[in-house]
Amino acid sequence: MSLLEIRNLSVEFDTASGPFRALAGVDYTVEAGEVLAIVGESGSGKSVAMLAVMGLLPDTATVTAERMSFEGTDLRSLSAAQRRKVIGKDIAMIFQEPIASLNPCFTVGFQLDEALKTHTTLNRRQRRDRVIELLTAVGIPEPERRIGAFPHQMSGGQCQRVMIAIATACNPKLLIADEPTTALDVTIQKQILDLLTRLQRDHGMGLIMITHDMGVVAETADRVVVQYQGRQMETADVLTLFENPSHPYTRALLSALPENATGDRLPTVADFARDFARETQAGTDSGREARP
Amino acid sequence: MSDVILKVRDLKRDYQIGGGLFSAPRLLHAVKGVSFDVERGTTLAVVGESGCGKSTLARMLTMIDAPTSGSIEIDGTPIDITRHGITREMRQAVQIVFQNPYGSLNPRQKIGAVLEEPLLLNTSMSAAERRDAALAMLEKVGLKPEHYGRYPHMFSGGQRQRVAIARAIMLRPRLLVLDEPVSALDLSVQAQILNLLADLQDEFGLTYVFISHDLSVVRYIADKVMVMYFGEAVEYGTRDEVFGNPQHAYTRTLFAATPKADVASIRARLEKKSAAAG
Repeated sequence: MSLLEIRNLSVEFDTASGPFRALAGVDYTVEAGEVLAIVGESGSGKSVAMLAVMGLLPDTATVTAERMSFEGTDLRSLSAAQRRKVIGKDIAMIFQEPIASLNPCFTVGFQLDEALKTHTTLNRRQRRDRVIELLTAVGIPEPERRIGAFPHQMSGGQCQRVMIAIATACNPKLLIADEPTTALDVTIQKQILDLLTRLQRDHGMGLIMITHDMGVVAETADRVVVQYQGRQMETADVLTLFENPSHPYTRALLSALPENATGDRLPTVADFARDFARETQAGTDSGREARP
Repeated sequence: MSDVILKVRDLKRDYQIGGGLFSAPRLLHAVKGVSFDVERGTTLAVVGESGCGKSTLARMLTMIDAPTSGSIEIDGTPIDITRHGITREMRQAVQIVFQNPYGSLNPRQKIGAVLEEPLLLNTSMSAAERRDAALAMLEKVGLKPEHYGRYPHMFSGGQRQRVAIARAIMLRPRLLVLDEPVSALDLSVQAQILNLLADLQDEFGLTYVFISHDLSVVRYIADKVMVMYFGEAVEYGTRDEVFGNPQHAYTRTLFAATPKADVASIRARLEKKSAAAG
C-alpha cells in the first residue's frame, strides 16, 4: 500500500468569468521513504494539488478525484475533525515564505509547542524538552535561549528551520515542502535541502518537494512529476528524466537551463507551448492564454 | 582594453543605523571599497548573497545614492552628485531595471506613457516623435503596437519585465544596471528575457552591470564576474578565471552550494544514497 495515492485529481475554481480548471486529472503516488518532486512553472497547478490533499483550498474550489487516499484511508470521507487529526500530525506542510508563515505575535517556542499540544499527550515539561530537541535537530544554535525569540528576530533561513521543526514535530509520515528554498540564498538553500533530506532519511518519511528549480530536483528527488498548465506531462525517476526526457515539454524545460546552453541564445519553451496549445485545443474546456 | 566605460575606484558607502534618544547610532559599512572597470559592450556580473551590498552598489552607480568615498567615472566623466548634483546628461547615461516587474511599473500609467516619460523629462522631442519612439521600442523588445494603450496589470511577469527594459533603454543609456532582472521569472520566461538582453546588447552596443545571485545565469551572460561578500569584492576576474579557478574560500562555498542539474552528479548522489541505505 502506498503512503499517498491520488488518481485523476481535478480542481476547478469558480471565478467571475466562469469555472476555471486549475488541475485536470493528475495522478500521484508516494511510497514511504520516497522523495517525489513536482516540477512546473507558475500556473502548472503544483501547489493547488497539494493544497487539495491538505484540504486547504478555499470554498470556491471544487475538488474531484477517483481516489485520494493516505495509508489506505480515503481523505475525502473524513469529517473535518478527523481530518484535523491527520493534517499537521501525519501529513505536514512547509511553505515558501518562512517569515510570512510564522505568526509574528508569538515566540517560536510557543508556535512549536502548539503543534505538540494539539497532537500529543505530552505534559508541559516533556513538551519543552521536545521543543529544544526539535530546534537542535534543525540546527538552531542555543535552542534554550531561542525558544523565547520572535520570528522577526531571526533570519529567513532560521525561520525556515523553525517551520521545518514545527512540521516534523509529530514525526509525520508525509512531509510536503512547497518551494521551501525559493526565498533563500544559495548557501542557505543548500543547508535547508541537506536538512530536509537528512530528516527524511532518518525518519523514513515520504517527502514531496514542490519546486520550479531543476537544480533542486536534481539534488533531492527520487522520482519526478512534470506539470504544465494543470496537466501532467511526464512521470519518471530522476535519472531517466534528466538523461532521457521523453516529453517535449521536459526537454524544452531542460534546454532552457542556462547551464545547458550550447549556442549563443537559449532555446525557449514558447515554441513548445505553441505546438502544445494547438495539439490540445480540442481537449481543453478552459480557454487559457499561452504564456508569452 | 582601452575602451573602459565605467571606472570605479575604492567605492565605499556607510549607513548610519539605529540611534535613539539614549543610544548612539551605529555605522554600517554596506560597501567597503570596491574597484572595477567595465568595457563598452560587455557585461559585468555582480554576485553575492542578500546583504552583501550589491544593491547598494547599484544605487550608487545609478546616482540614486551618493558614495561615502571613492570615485565613479562614466566615459571619463567623474560622477559626484553630492558636490555637483545630477545633470540631464548624467541621468541619460545610466538606467536601471529592477527585480520585481510588478512593483516597478505604475499601475495607473499606460505602457505608452511609461515609455514616453523618460523622453518627456529629458529631451525636447514632440509628442508625435515620442509616440513613434515608444512604438518602435515596443517592437524592439518583442511586444506589439496594440500594447501601447494597455495598463501594467494586463501583462504577465515576463511582458512587464520587457516593458521595464524598454523604458530603461528609451534614452539610449551608455550603461544599464540590471538588479536581479530574471530572478522573479519562470525558467522559460527567464530564457526569453536573457535572449532579449543579448539581442539588445548586440544591437545598441549596451554595457550591462548584471546583479544576480544565480550562478548559472551569471555563467551564461557575463564577461567579467565580481563576487561580493559582506561589502567587499572577494573575487574579480573574467568569467573563465572565476568559474575555472576560484581563489577565495567564499566563492568556492558559493559554487559548492549551487545545485547541479547534470546527469553525472545525480548519479553520484543516488549511488551515495543507496550505499547509505545498504
